[in-house]
Amino acid sequence: MTTTTVSPEQPRTWKQRRSSIIAALGLLPFGVYTILFLGVPALAVVVGAFQSPTGGWTWSNISIASHGVYAHGFVTTIELALVTSIVPGLAGVVIAYAVLTMKGNALRRIVSTASGVFANFGGVPLAFLFIATLGTTGIVTSWLNTLGIDPYQHGFTLFSFIGVSLVYAYFQIPLMILVITPALEGLRPSWREAAEGMGARSWEYWRFVGGPVLFPSFLGGVLLLFGSALSAYATAEALTSGSIALTSIQIGSFLNGNVLAGQQNVGKALGFGLIVVIAVVMVGYSILQRRSSKWLH
Amino acid sequence: MVALGLAEFAADLETVDGHPARPTRMDRLRRVAWWRGIVLILTGVFFLVPIYAALHFALSTVEGGFSISAFQSIPHQQGFSDAFGLSLRLAIMTTLITMVLMVPTSVFVHLRFPGLRRLFDGITIIPIVIPPVVLIVGVLQVAPTFLKGTPYLLGLEYAVLAMPFVYRSLDAGLRSIDLTTLVEASRSLGSRWSSTLLRVVVPNLRTALLSATVLTVALVLGEYTMASLDQYQTVPVWIVAFDQDNAHISVAVSLVALVGTWVVLLAISSFDLRRIRRASQLRKDGSA
Repeated sequence: MTTTTVSPEQPRTWKQRRSSIIAALGLLPFGVYTILFLGVPALAVVVGAFQSPTGGWTWSNISIASHGVYAHGFVTTIELALVTSIVPGLAGVVIAYAVLTMKGNALRRIVSTASGVFANFGGVPLAFLFIATLGTTGIVTSWLNTLGIDPYQHGFTLFSFIGVSLVYAYFQIPLMILVITPALEGLRPSWREAAEGMGARSWEYWRFVGGPVLFPSFLGGVLLLFGSALSAYATAEALTSGSIALTSIQIGSFLNGNVLAGQQNVGKALGFGLIVVIAVVMVGYSILQRRSSKWLH
Repeated sequence: MVALGLAEFAADLETVDGHPARPTRMDRLRRVAWWRGIVLILTGVFFLVPIYAALHFALSTVEGGFSISAFQSIPHQQGFSDAFGLSLRLAIMTTLITMVLMVPTSVFVHLRFPGLRRLFDGITIIPIVIPPVVLIVGVLQVAPTFLKGTPYLLGLEYAVLAMPFVYRSLDAGLRSIDLTTLVEASRSLGSRWSSTLLRVVVPNLRTALLSATVLTVALVLGEYTMASLDQYQTVPVWIVAFDQDNAHISVAVSLVALVGTWVVLLAISSFDLRRIRRASQLRKDGSA
């Protein structure tokens, strides 16, 4: 375990050693809490994915979960998560930057609290909002109708892939704003001044200084958005009621008791599948992040 | 398109400081204001029009007129005040657990165990890896009965759900301050770890702590998946469970949930505003 002393020039005293032991103990509550409330339940799901209802080991849950309607569910879920993490991710950075460079604290405070609310807004209430807006009798739909455009004539419905993506953006964009704002605040004015002092033009500053500094945070943000889209349950349930096959909904239907005999643990296998999907994405993320820290140094 | 946006960003920066301008500065200023205005207007439209639409629907009556009766009847709906109380208690509980657990931990990691930072990045992102709908299955399977019998099991799990956001927020905050110097200064002046943490580090993490709190509270007030599968009626669960014969009332409740959460969070962040004002006052006095 690596420890750094507070003042490296001085020899390590007993007091310093004691304080580093105390610091190590400081990590203990976090470790215990995480194992109890995250590790143990997660392990129960993973183990359950490989067990038959009677308790024996089996591959059948995994095999059922990776075929037919469940395989289709995974594909749609991943597509939706990719679209609704990258597009709202970019939008979130642009908006956060626009807000941050506005004068006055009031707007920033409103945006930061509103982002917190919207990022966690979902489910039936969110579905209601969008049905009132873009449903067949929604306000925006009727505005468009008076302009002579009927979105529903052009294949749009709120309950399709595009519709659901739009609704997801309502909590994904605020989530990105929340995650990226501290990183944007970390861009020091002195860096910009230094770059300009050496004759860098604006885009050069962003290409060689601002961009590379922001990139790891941006990637991290997109990863959070991906996870959030992948596990969105309430919104998808309220909006699609099964019209699009999504894995989280399928897991939910197992929990609600819609189970064939002998398939009780297929829901756990689906859950395990989601974990694998995002683990793969995270490996990609950490490779990209390592690359990006090479650009930095 | 992205490159274009970045160029615009960059141009924008020139308006912030007072550097000598190139000949095109006025044009650029105009274009910059225009760019930022468009972004904020589009954002406003996207986020406010659905609220307007829902408000319009909740207020309109069958006869074609307008009435606020849907809103007036909310507090009298069965179960509303219980659900509201439970949500608030869970929000307070989760915030306390999260802060006590995460603030010392992330400070210690940054200060004493920087080698573990990558590991902590990994650990704290696990709740994102395991979707709530999956986690609650495991929780209900392994939780002891005395915990399953109380809604506060949800609070314990919400602290886990909040972990990625809270850690990331604290991590960004810690990266942006010179933690080692601050702590060395405080320690060399003879202060103890506890007071260094509370009186030096925490005040410097104001923005990060605030956004962590806002995130946690908003998460708890909006969480539906775990609460509904654990069968406790927090506000989001109540909205779904409660009699939906009257669509106008349902939409009105949804709006109140959204705006109500927002008001709670604005109240939390105004705690901080007083301190920011005081700090900027101090800075002014110092420079005068």
